[in-house]
Amino acid sequence: MTIGFLLRRLGIFCLIVFAAATINFMVPRLRPTNPIESRLYELAAQGGVRVGQIKEMVRIYNEKFGFDKPLYVQYANYWIDLAHGDMGTSISFYPASVRAEIMRAAPWTIGLLTVATLLSFGVGSILGALMAWPKVGPYVSFLVPIFMTLSAIPYYLLGIVMIYTFALVWPILPTSAAYSSGKNLEWSLDMILDIAKHAVLPAGSIILTGIGGWGLGMRAMMVTIMGEDYMNMAESKGLRPRTIFFRYALRNAVLPQVTSLAISLAHIMSGAVVVEVIFAYPGVGYLLFRAISGNDYFLIQGIVLFIILSIGIALLTLDLLYPLIDPRIRYGKN
Amino acid sequence: MMRLIADNKHLSFGTAIIVLLLVFSMGGGVVVTRDMADVGAGRPSKPPTLEHLLGTDQQGRDVLADLMFGTPASLKIGLIAGVLGVFLGTILGLVAGYFGGFVDASIRLVTDVFLTIPSLLILVVVASLIRVVSVEEMALLIAALSWMWPTRAVRAQSLTIRERMYVQVARFSGTSHWRIIVFELLPNLLPYIAASLVGTISGAILVSIGLSTLGLGPQNEPSLGLTIYWAIYYGALIRQLWWWFMPPIFIIVLLFMGLFLISSGLDRIANPRLRTTI
Repeated sequence: MTIGFLLRRLGIFCLIVFAAATINFMVPRLRPTNPIESRLYELAAQGGVRVGQIKEMVRIYNEKFGFDKPLYVQYANYWIDLAHGDMGTSISFYPASVRAEIMRAAPWTIGLLTVATLLSFGVGSILGALMAWPKVGPYVSFLVPIFMTLSAIPYYLLGIVMIYTFALVWPILPTSAAYSSGKNLEWSLDMILDIAKHAVLPAGSIILTGIGGWGLGMRAMMVTIMGEDYMNMAESKGLRPRTIFFRYALRNAVLPQVTSLAISLAHIMSGAVVVEVIFAYPGVGYLLFRAISGNDYFLIQGIVLFIILSIGIALLTLDLLYPLIDPRIRYGKN
Repeated sequence: MMRLIADNKHLSFGTAIIVLLLVFSMGGGVVVTRDMADVGAGRPSKPPTLEHLLGTDQQGRDVLADLMFGTPASLKIGLIAGVLGVFLGTILGLVAGYFGGFVDASIRLVTDVFLTIPSLLILVVVASLIRVVSVEEMALLIAALSWMWPTRAVRAQSLTIRERMYVQVARFSGTSHWRIIVFELLPNLLPYIAASLVGTISGAILVSIGLSTLGLGPQNEPSLGLTIYWAIYYGALIRQLWWWFMPPIFIIVLLFMGLFLISSGLDRIANPRLRTTI
């Protein structure tokens, strides 16, 4: 790895952060209306506060959030706050801070998506490899059209079908949420089983649609590898088919797949926004949906910035670690 | 050309599905009328009858009419965003790949940055602040974030074609840069551009349905995503009104199947080496 590559990679990361933060700062300010004012008028329409009081409240809030200062001062303050990890206060969950809300939701998303991504990668890759293996292939070739269909379905639509089938028509699993209401979050076997039961359907929809893509990718890689000379060599040496399959074919075919796996893992925060909405799963995506429904701009921007930052950091780490996984890669040598 | 399509099972099957969907969406005026897709066209939440072949939703819209007028809206978004995105991407990719150097480095940098940020998220921020009112606005918004993959694909291919003998010959015989790009590079890139067009269209439709499902799409015209949004909003799932949410899902799945098959068929034309594998 060369210094040049490292600098370029860090530069891209900084650019991503800068672009995301600036878009987040600028877009709301392009609107003619003040977010606080519109939110307060909305509340007034429901609650019956007098307009005079609202004017006073708007003035106080504008001062508090700094909307009365010139744009460049607001921008500077925005960066200072961000550097302190302060993303403002949520409007719809007032007085909770945006950061607290995100931190409460993030573990659910990370847990659900990590398990689902790893499972669909594992199952999909093994099935895909078997599809390309001459001795097994013909028996599992019926899977190819199924995989194609699965990979073409948006996962959240499969989620809807699964809720309808396994939670309503044939009610064996819960329809929504991450744990039964009324239960306390604690480390007990009962609670863990409850969480697992609630995760089956949302995770299942992600796993099933993911299997298709991983399987087809793996199958294509295996087909390429079957034509390699070292495969013929291994066969003529009289190695056992199982050894050839696992040691020679699978190990080489899985490498590009591992790269894609790492990239998907980097994207887990944004991977299931709509699925979480459909299952009312209390992760980052569902929080974003509630922020949108509640016109909570600070929360929307906080979540989006958080997701982009997490992707940027994950991809940066991946790029720096990659030469360790695949020694053939030397950045900047050619 | 026709033989190429007929020989290619994926391409012909995919094209058949898309043609079927086009016929379905053009049948809008024949089988149902536009006002049947309006609120209060029938009695609310009724299962399929002869009068309403796919039943009605909570607000009395005829589900079949909703779909027949909603499918073209989703297709239109995909087509506009896809064509604009690929057009932009082709220009950027050709320029980056052909000229190289500083131009290439800057285009690559911007593309990499935008590829890292999930477009759905930028669109969520923009759409939640500027409420999208029309299908065309939605299409333009999505087009603004659809050029990155085409740029990358076209750039990678132009890099290899640039080094081929006939391009070198053209360059040494004093042909202008623009003539080389348009007459030597572009024709050889067409299969790749076609494949990335299909991919971009299907990506744009996916994003638009995602946005609509979150309640951020145009809400005064029927579209596939909006039907699903209302179905979720009014709890169609819990109330087991299957005729409301199953048909749009079926159509969306058909649509993506068709596009997927076409793009894998085109891939096979663009990379002849793949043809031997199946």
